[in-house]
Amino acid sequence: MVLALVAGLAVACAAPLIHRLAGSRAYLLLMLLPLSIFGYLLSLLPTILAGQVLSSYYPWVPSLGIHLDIYLDGLSLLFALLISGFGALIIAYAAGYLKGHPLLGRFYGYLIMFMVAMLGVVTAGNLFSLFVFWELTSLSSYLLIGFKHDTEDSRNSALQALLVTGGGGLALMGGFLLLSTAGGSLSLPELLEQGDLIRTHALYLPALALICLGAFTKSAQFPFHFWLPNAMAAPTPVSAYLHSATMVKAGVYLLARLTPVLGGTDPWAYSLLIVGGTTTVLGAFLAIQQSDLKAILAYTTISALGILVSMIGLGTAPALEAMVVFLLAHALYKGTLFMVAGNVDHATGSRQIKQLRGLGRHMRPTALAAALAALSMAGMLPFFGFIGKELLYEAALEESTTRWALFGLTFFSGIIFVAVALVLGYRIFWRKTPTPTPLLHADGPLLYLPPLLLAGLGLLLGVLPALLVTPMLRRAAEAMLGEAQTFELTLWHGVNLVLLLSGLTMLLGWVLYRATDRLHALAPRLAPLYHYGPNNLFFKGVKALPGAAAALTGAIQTGKLRNYIAVISLTLVGFVAYTLIPNGPPLVLADRWHLVTNVRLYEVVLILLILAALYMLHRSKSRLTSIAILGIIGYSIAVFFILFGAPDIAATQLLIETLTVVLFVLVLHKLPAFHTLSAIQQKPKYIAVSVLFGAAMTYVLLLVKQFPLDSPLKEYFGQASYLQGQGRNIVNVILVDFRALDTLGETTVLAVAAKGIFALFKLKLDQEERL
Amino acid sequence: MEIVLCFVIGILFSVGLYFILHRHFFKLILGLMILGLATNLFIFVIGRLTRGGSPIIGEEQEVALEPFADPVPQALLLTAIVIGFGIQAFAIVLIKRVYQTFGTTDLDDLDSTDQIHSPKPPAP
Repeated sequence: MVLALVAGLAVACAAPLIHRLAGSRAYLLLMLLPLSIFGYLLSLLPTILAGQVLSSYYPWVPSLGIHLDIYLDGLSLLFALLISGFGALIIAYAAGYLKGHPLLGRFYGYLIMFMVAMLGVVTAGNLFSLFVFWELTSLSSYLLIGFKHDTEDSRNSALQALLVTGGGGLALMGGFLLLSTAGGSLSLPELLEQGDLIRTHALYLPALALICLGAFTKSAQFPFHFWLPNAMAAPTPVSAYLHSATMVKAGVYLLARLTPVLGGTDPWAYSLLIVGGTTTVLGAFLAIQQSDLKAILAYTTISALGILVSMIGLGTAPALEAMVVFLLAHALYKGTLFMVAGNVDHATGSRQIKQLRGLGRHMRPTALAAALAALSMAGMLPFFGFIGKELLYEAALEESTTRWALFGLTFFSGIIFVAVALVLGYRIFWRKTPTPTPLLHADGPLLYLPPLLLAGLGLLLGVLPALLVTPMLRRAAEAMLGEAQTFELTLWHGVNLVLLLSGLTMLLGWVLYRATDRLHALAPRLAPLYHYGPNNLFFKGVKALPGAAAALTGAIQTGKLRNYIAVISLTLVGFVAYTLIPNGPPLVLADRWHLVTNVRLYEVVLILLILAALYMLHRSKSRLTSIAILGIIGYSIAVFFILFGAPDIAATQLLIETLTVVLFVLVLHKLPAFHTLSAIQQKPKYIAVSVLFGAAMTYVLLLVKQFPLDSPLKEYFGQASYLQGQGRNIVNVILVDFRALDTLGETTVLAVAAKGIFALFKLKLDQEERL
Repeated sequence: MEIVLCFVIGILFSVGLYFILHRHFFKLILGLMILGLATNLFIFVIGRLTRGGSPIIGEEQEVALEPFADPVPQALLLTAIVIGFGIQAFAIVLIKRVYQTFGTTDLDDLDSTDQIHSPKPPAP
């Protein structure tokens, strides 16, 4: 399986080349990849159906517990088969839909990359590799939505989808990290057995919230649903593949996958039921107001995703069983309907249902596929959609506490699905009209065969469910429930409450369909509501972002040196206070008070001299005086060095001080005269910063001096200086012998400074550069 | 004595920083120099003070006899003072040059690289 993924990525990279070499028949070559993966998965089917789980181990970053593990059970296999089979059809369909497009090769590449990423998501056995593939699906979705990159709409929609799903991805990563902390492993099979431990862990709730956020953004749940209709800016093959059948189901897959780990608690059930339920109703409600074929399909997809999430939230055996059946049914009919919408668009150049009339006569195969898929969507006998809907109703009715609310949702969306199915399957093709919409292009076999195949599969599965899918769906449900499932899928359950409700759904759906035009007339009145919708808020936020960033940067980055230095000093003081005052040792001054009195008179004189000099420096208005005063301070400090046994430093200090004064005097006439620049109101602020800084330094110094200095170095250099270094002045020996390399570094610094000064003097700026 | 010096060092740091926080070039240099002095003294005092007792081995001895001052901070300080001088010299010349080129003495005028010219927000 790892081999298949790697091969897939290689093919994705090579796709543009293959397209250039093989021309318009490239799709036949490229289809080999998904078909061979599909075949390989089919060959694994007996093993999985026998109840085994295939897992392989491939170390990636073993020290962090990150592996490219593969974990393939019924649930994974169901998704993987769907992805690879659908992928093959989509490549063929894209070849027809984008025939002659100059970037078709690149499109194939993106599509295959997405397929590989999606296969990676559903077969990953390690949270981290799952996350990597998950992000890869977001990225490839971005590239595919933005495929028509010359239109601004496409680019914005692509960016929106990336930001929403990418943001969810970040939350997901956080959730995974918490989950792995709680469960003690990143490995999926190990986590699946830790469910009880994780559900009682303190990190359970945050992990659940973050993982749900990731899944909800990916699966376009309310309030993140808005990116999906915008994503319809992508070419239709992408909408059919990513945004109805596979990628948006990644969130559903994740929730289903983690049901044994996270599921079964109240927070889980309520958050999924409420979010899923809201999404179901909202999607259905918005779908009926749309007049663009793809928008209608997008909103019904949102509604269907809401149903899937609610069913996972319900978590009972019938609910999860209904979930997998409906998931498969929905992928088959919705993929078909998207391709039908694409064919109509391709043939007539329009997707507005008001402009589309009487297409059936000239697009018979497409119309047939549309009819088959629409019947499945409406939940008509004997299609697979019928089984799905029956199971949904049963599952919703079985639960006692939320019974009517849940049934209400599914019933409401069921009615709208019927109405939408009538629009797509009947109205645009067969309603009697004197003026059929003229066709611009005929639809070729590449365009109508894939939807026909999918729609036909929907019928076939409906007629023969036991033979074809029941065993696999059982295994898929088993992966979520953790125990063997024995349910049977049958078309005919006899005349019972659910069947009657189905009939009622049909009837009400038909009534609603009759009122479609009136509803569309009402739709503009709801437009002000969209103003407050999340989509509008999103774009407003994106638009405001550069301005906010500029304002923030302007506030922080003032361009004034003093502000920067004040912030740096205060930060330093803050850190010192934060680390030393609560945790550090207490400052004890009491028993050291006698040290204060241990002061010689000449020392007091020196200190007074320094303090007086500082005061005069502050008062001084003349540059020359300032330099002279600075010299006094420097010399006084040099005398301190002499008094406390450091004649070498004192000598250096005296020398340097003299040099500095000389240097100052040399360039003094070129330096600006004094004048007050700072506003008087600013002063207290800066005085406060300075005093705090000085106080912090004193505090540190006093604290350090509370402890004895046990430096073995002093002893060592005292012993070794003469015997090893042949020198009596220990400081000198250290500088030129023991640490000679440091002294070389110091000399280098001086040389660099000298070079810099020389360069500054030599620098001749042109007149323009002088400003 | 050491305690008194601790406070003197604190005052030196305060005054140095206060001068640095001025807008005038010249005060900035003065502040830098005082801050350098304060830092040197800081290192020196942290290495403990010993009255007299230079770290020099007498003519008739082979090893240093207590009490003698710790030579390690002194060696560090020597390096620090010399490098500090390099920085001061460079800063003095740099500021002279900036004054000649831009004709200003105000640090706040030197903000052209930090100004953000609010960009036009991209159209949606």
